[in-house]
Amino acid sequence: MAWFSKKNRGVRAEKKKNLTDGLWVRCEFCEEILYRKELERSLWTCGACGFHFRIRSGDYVKILIDEGTFEEIDAALEPEDPLRFRDSKKYVDRLKAYQKKTGMKEAILCGTGDIDGRRVTLAALEFSFGGGSLGSVMGEKIVRAIRRSLGTGAPFLIVCSSGGARMQEGILSLMQMAKTSVMIARLHEAKIPFLSILTHPTTGGVSASFAFQGDVILAEPKALIGFAGPRVIQQTIGQELPEGFQRSEFLLDHGMVDKIVSRRDLKATVSSILSFFPGPHPTLSGDDAPGDARER
Amino acid sequence: MAEMLDFEKPIVELEKKIDDLRQLAKQENIEVADELKKLEKKAAKLRRDVFSRLSRWQRVQLARHPLRPYALDYVGRLADEFIELHGDRLFSDDEALIAGLARFGDRRVMLLGHQKGRDTKEKLRRNFGMAHPEGYRKALRMMRMAERFGLPVVTLVDTPGAFPGIEAEERGQSVAIADNLTAMAALRVPIVSVIIGEGGSGGALAIAVADRVLMMENAIYSVISPEGCAAILWADRAKAQDAAEALRVTAPDLMELGIVDEVIPEPLGGAHRDPGEAARAVGEAIDRRLDELSRVPCDRLMEERMAKFLGMGVFKDHSGVPHG
Ligand SMILES: [Zn+2]
Repeated sequence: MAWFSKKNRGVRAEKKKNLTDGLWVRCEFCEEILYRKELERSLWTCGACGFHFRIRSGDYVKILIDEGTFEEIDAALEPEDPLRFRDSKKYVDRLKAYQKKTGMKEAILCGTGDIDGRRVTLAALEFSFGGGSLGSVMGEKIVRAIRRSLGTGAPFLIVCSSGGARMQEGILSLMQMAKTSVMIARLHEAKIPFLSILTHPTTGGVSASFAFQGDVILAEPKALIGFAGPRVIQQTIGQELPEGFQRSEFLLDHGMVDKIVSRRDLKATVSSILSFFPGPHPTLSGDDAPGDARER
Repeated sequence: MAEMLDFEKPIVELEKKIDDLRQLAKQENIEVADELKKLEKKAAKLRRDVFSRLSRWQRVQLARHPLRPYALDYVGRLADEFIELHGDRLFSDDEALIAGLARFGDRRVMLLGHQKGRDTKEKLRRNFGMAHPEGYRKALRMMRMAERFGLPVVTLVDTPGAFPGIEAEERGQSVAIADNLTAMAALRVPIVSVIIGEGGSGGALAIAVADRVLMMENAIYSVISPEGCAAILWADRAKAQDAAEALRVTAPDLMELGIVDEVIPEPLGGAHRDPGEAARAVGEAIDRRLDELSRVPCDRLMEERMAKFLGMGVFKDHSGVPHG
């Protein structure tokens, strides 16, 4: 597999940006130059190597959810700056920049919608917002989405894409791993299906919590998935990392994910899997499914 | 003495001078009472001056002090009986995380703890207190056993973090930690965790989803090491001191943020200056907290543990829905 060594040579962000703006895009994996229109048609998957480009949280709604059935939930939550954190920049300024760049309040989009007519609760992380990092708002929105599933019985789906913790929220960020885990424990107890979909990249605190707590864990091809980032590991052990290390195929080989699924087959696969599990409570299914009773 | 921090040096040196003088007086039979008194007074003042206003970075250094008591030091001083149990029954035994049945007087508990090594050989054997997945899976096995037999769980947290290595990734470091988080969230026995040294990120949390989280005065608990944070946000590991300040990693910080339930006071200058007294304080706190939890019915215990963690986080909410 030549892609790994090639990747290490790296495509500089600058160059990539210029390419992305034009008609042609370079695959960050195999470095093949691809026709932009063709990429859009293939849901941003490389025709040469199968690498799945990073897409927006909203794109997963389009890919997974039946048209016209998605309703965003808990959109009103916004991050705060509990530590008044400042490094080379102020956290509040970084937040403003992320918000401007993405048009989102935080690095997560939650909602309800149908997959082939079956109601689900969906959460999708947004990597372009601060690397999809896990902060207080993400924790709370996941908790509320799960609470909704507990109320309706609708399966819970999460699309992960994150570099890990929101360092600027300090220990509060770490505690979001525990916070989401106590709700997922309830989800398991209530026997409500939980599907986790891992996309490029899923590492750190997100990886060591809800990403790997799903009943079924799916991964997009060639996604970087792991606890520690490859650079940290390389620095710690001081040796070269094996080819394909921490990519989806490596995780499948080691028994850490259930299945690798192409984006183009994602909805059909999720839909088939869900058909084996309990769906929403019968009285609550369909268009008139209310939210969690406790929230009304 | 190589095992001394910069800010400890003047104190340790003065204390040595006092000792030497005392020795000399004994041998030569000379009168030094006045001189000794003066020096003792000076030492006491110096200790107060240095240790009563520690910076966050100084606390990071104390938490990592090479002489600081480790989990087994506390077990040795506190437990009337400790039967160490080994292995995850899946792959191997991870000596970076110890587990066993411990008896403190009449109290019987399942004890878990990260374990660092004292000398080079032991440091390597214990992997500097950085567990692999098998360590967390051993912990999970012991917690399940504790639940089956109604034993409370006590965990002593002291790790730089879960080990970042090739084999750790191959064997599912993320999965191991994630599994412990959900298991502890629903474990139907009381859990008390004490951060005794370093509470390093997910590797610490993996045995710290507890009903009561206590923290020693000079322990730290952080989402990332100050060095790691500095490398990412300042692009310079040397800015670790700034990162420690910004991250607010000390026990008083975490108390203020509502993350820990109690700060356990340490002997002046840190636990290593009087390990016996440090152990006594830890033992007293664990005992009191277990006593308190033993009176809570199991279902309520579960509800309260859930509510405790659901309440963690700070954000703006314009929707009018209550937190958690
Ligand atoms: Zn490609």
